[in-house]
Amino acid sequence: MSYHNPPTTPRKSSTFDDYTLSEIRRAAQTGIYDIRGGGAKRKVPHFDDLLFLGASISRYPLEGYRERCSTGVTLGTRFAKKPIELKIPITIAGMSFGALSAHAKEALGRGASIAGTSTTTGDGGMTPEERGQSKTLIYQYLPSRYGMNPDDLRRADAIEVVVGQGAKPGGGGMLLGQKISDRVAEMRNLPKGIDQRSACRHPDWTGPDDLEIKIQEIREITDWQKPIYVKIGGTRPYYDVALAVKAGADVVVLDGMQGGTAATQEVFIEHVGLPTMACIRPAVQALQDLGMHRKVQLIVSGGIRNGADVAKALALGADAVAIGIAALVALGDNDPSHEKEYRQLGTTAGSYDDWHEGKDPAGITTQDPELMSRFDPVKGGRRLANYLKVMTLEVQTIARACGHNHIHNLEPEDLCALTVEAAAMARVPLAGTTWIPGVGGGGL
Amino acid sequence: MQTVDLAKTPLRDLNQDLHRQSEGSNEKAWEVLNPMGFHAVAVGIDAPIDVNIRGNVGYYCAGMNKQATVTVHGSAGPGVAENMMSGKVRITGDASQYAGATGRGGLLVIEGNASSRCGVSMKGIDIVVKGNIGHMSAFMAQSGHLVVLGDAGDALGDSIYEAKLFVRGKVKSLGADCIEKEMRPEHHEALAKLLENAGVKGVKTSEFKRYGSARKLYNFNIDNADAY
Repeated sequence: MSYHNPPTTPRKSSTFDDYTLSEIRRAAQTGIYDIRGGGAKRKVPHFDDLLFLGASISRYPLEGYRERCSTGVTLGTRFAKKPIELKIPITIAGMSFGALSAHAKEALGRGASIAGTSTTTGDGGMTPEERGQSKTLIYQYLPSRYGMNPDDLRRADAIEVVVGQGAKPGGGGMLLGQKISDRVAEMRNLPKGIDQRSACRHPDWTGPDDLEIKIQEIREITDWQKPIYVKIGGTRPYYDVALAVKAGADVVVLDGMQGGTAATQEVFIEHVGLPTMACIRPAVQALQDLGMHRKVQLIVSGGIRNGADVAKALALGADAVAIGIAALVALGDNDPSHEKEYRQLGTTAGSYDDWHEGKDPAGITTQDPELMSRFDPVKGGRRLANYLKVMTLEVQTIARACGHNHIHNLEPEDLCALTVEAAAMARVPLAGTTWIPGVGGGGL
Repeated sequence: MQTVDLAKTPLRDLNQDLHRQSEGSNEKAWEVLNPMGFHAVAVGIDAPIDVNIRGNVGYYCAGMNKQATVTVHGSAGPGVAENMMSGKVRITGDASQYAGATGRGGLLVIEGNASSRCGVSMKGIDIVVKGNIGHMSAFMAQSGHLVVLGDAGDALGDSIYEAKLFVRGKVKSLGADCIEKEMRPEHHEALAKLLENAGVKGVKTSEFKRYGSARKLYNFNIDNADAY
C-alpha cells in the first residue's frame, strides 16, 4: 500500500494579499508611486458602526410628514455681516475646475441651488459656470492661490481658507499635464501640459498667529461681510479646531481620511489622517471647551453617503456636512453604463479612481472636449438635487423617530455603537451597555 | 488731500473709505498717519489713487492692490503687496518675508532689503529690490520679474516656472531646477524698463545675471527624485 500526503488547499498570505503583490509589481515596473483620486478605500470604523436608538416610552417620536422637522442651517454667525443661510445641512465640498470639467462644476451649482445649499470652488479659481449657477458659492483660499483675485473674493458668499484636507493632511496637490488644457493653464498662469504642483503650505503665513492676521486681511478686503471658513484635515482635531477658532474662523470644516482628492499618492490617502468618525467628538469638545459650540459652526466631511451618515454626524455635534465623492457619483461618475470603457481602462465601474489621467468615460473628471460633451449639466444637476433631497428626507425621518423637531436637536444620547472601536471614537455607549471606552462607566 | 490718522480712526474705517473710491474718484490723494505697525493697512484698493503711509506697517500692507499707488514711508512687515493685481507699491525701508507673494501684476519696489521668500509663488508681478533678498526667494515663481540690485540668499528660484530673475550681486545658491541663463537683448531691454519704472538710476543692465527655469522638473520623472 503506497502512502500519499493528502493535498492542502493553496493558501494566500493575508499580509501579502493580491492587491499588495500587484502594487509591488507595479512599483517595480514603473519606478513611481501610485497616484489616484478619491479617499481612503481601506475599511475603517465609520458611521455604519453606529445606530440610532429611536423613541419609545422614555421619548416620544414626531409624526412623519406631518409634524415639522426643520433642516435649515445658518453658517458664519460669529463675525460676518452676511452669514450663509442654507435650507439643508448638506453642502458640496471644494472641488477644482481642472480636476472637474466646467460642465461638472456647473452641474454641482445647479443641483445645490435647487436643493438650497452651497457649492465650493477648488484649486483652480472661480469659473463663471459655477458662479452663475451656484446661488451660494464658497471660494477657497488655497496655498497655490491659482486664480486668486479680489474681485472673485468679493463675488463669493463666503471664503474658505484651506489648511488641509482629509485625503492628504500635510500634503499639496498635483494636476498632471494631460489635464492642463489652454483654459486651465490660463487660469493657473502656468504653461500648458506641465505637471502643476500645488504647495502644501500657504506662501505668506505659517502657524496660528499668522493665520489670525491673514484672516483679518481677508476680512478687511471684504469689509467684514463674508463668513470665513477654515478647512482642516483630520489629524489632531481638538487642537486644530481650537487654533482655528483662536485665529478667528467663523466656520471650521473638518475633513476625515475618507474624504476624496483629485489626485495624490495612494500611500498618503491610505496611511495619513484619521477616520471621519474619530474626528468629530474631539472637534466638538474643543468648541465646547471654548464656549463656541454652535457659535463657530462645524462642517464635517469624508465618507458621507446617505441621510443616516448626515444624521449621525449631526448627532455627534456637527452643524452641517459636506459631500464630494457622493456628489460626483450622483452626477454619474463610476456609473455602470460606462462599464465597457472602464474595462478598457483596466478597471471597473465603482473602482475607477485615475481621475488625474483625464480619461473619465462619464465626462466629469476630465478636460477632454469629447468626453466632457457626454455630460449634460442640466440633467446632472437634477440628479444631484434629487440625491440631496433624498438624504435630507432621510435625516428628517431619523430625527422625527428620535423625537426632534429640528435636525440640530439630534444628540449623542440618540446613538449607540456596534463595536468597541466605534464606541470609543464616537464616545457613545456600546450597544446594550452604558460603557463608553475611555470615558468610564460599565455594566448594563 | 484726505488725511487719516490711525491713532484716532479705526483701520476698518480707513479700508472701507479706500474701497469706496473708484475710477472717477475726486479724492485722489490719501495720507495715512500713525500706522504703528498695523496689519492689513490699505488692502484691497481698486482705484487709481495715491496713498502715502507715514511710518512702519505690519503684515499684508497693500494686499491684493489694484490700480493704486501705495507708498510706505518706512518698513513693511510680512506679505507686503501679496497677490497684487496692478498698480505700484513702494517701500522706502526694508520688507519682511514673502514680499509680493503670489502677486499677479503691478510693480513692487523695495528701497531697502527684503527678507526670505521674496516673490514666492509670484504670478506676473514685477519686483525690484534695491538691497539684498533672503533665502528661498522666488520659490515656485510662475511668471513676472524679480530684480535684485544686491545679493540673493540660499536656494534662489527653487522649483521655478517661467518667472525671470535678474541679480546684480552674488547668489548664495540656486534652488532645484533654477539655472543661470544667457542675457539676450530682449532681457536687457526688459530689465532696463523695469529699472526705469522703479526709479533706479546709474546702474547698467550688463551688471546683472539672469536666472530662470531649466524646465527639467516640469513633468515628473522618477530619475529626478533626488532633486525634489
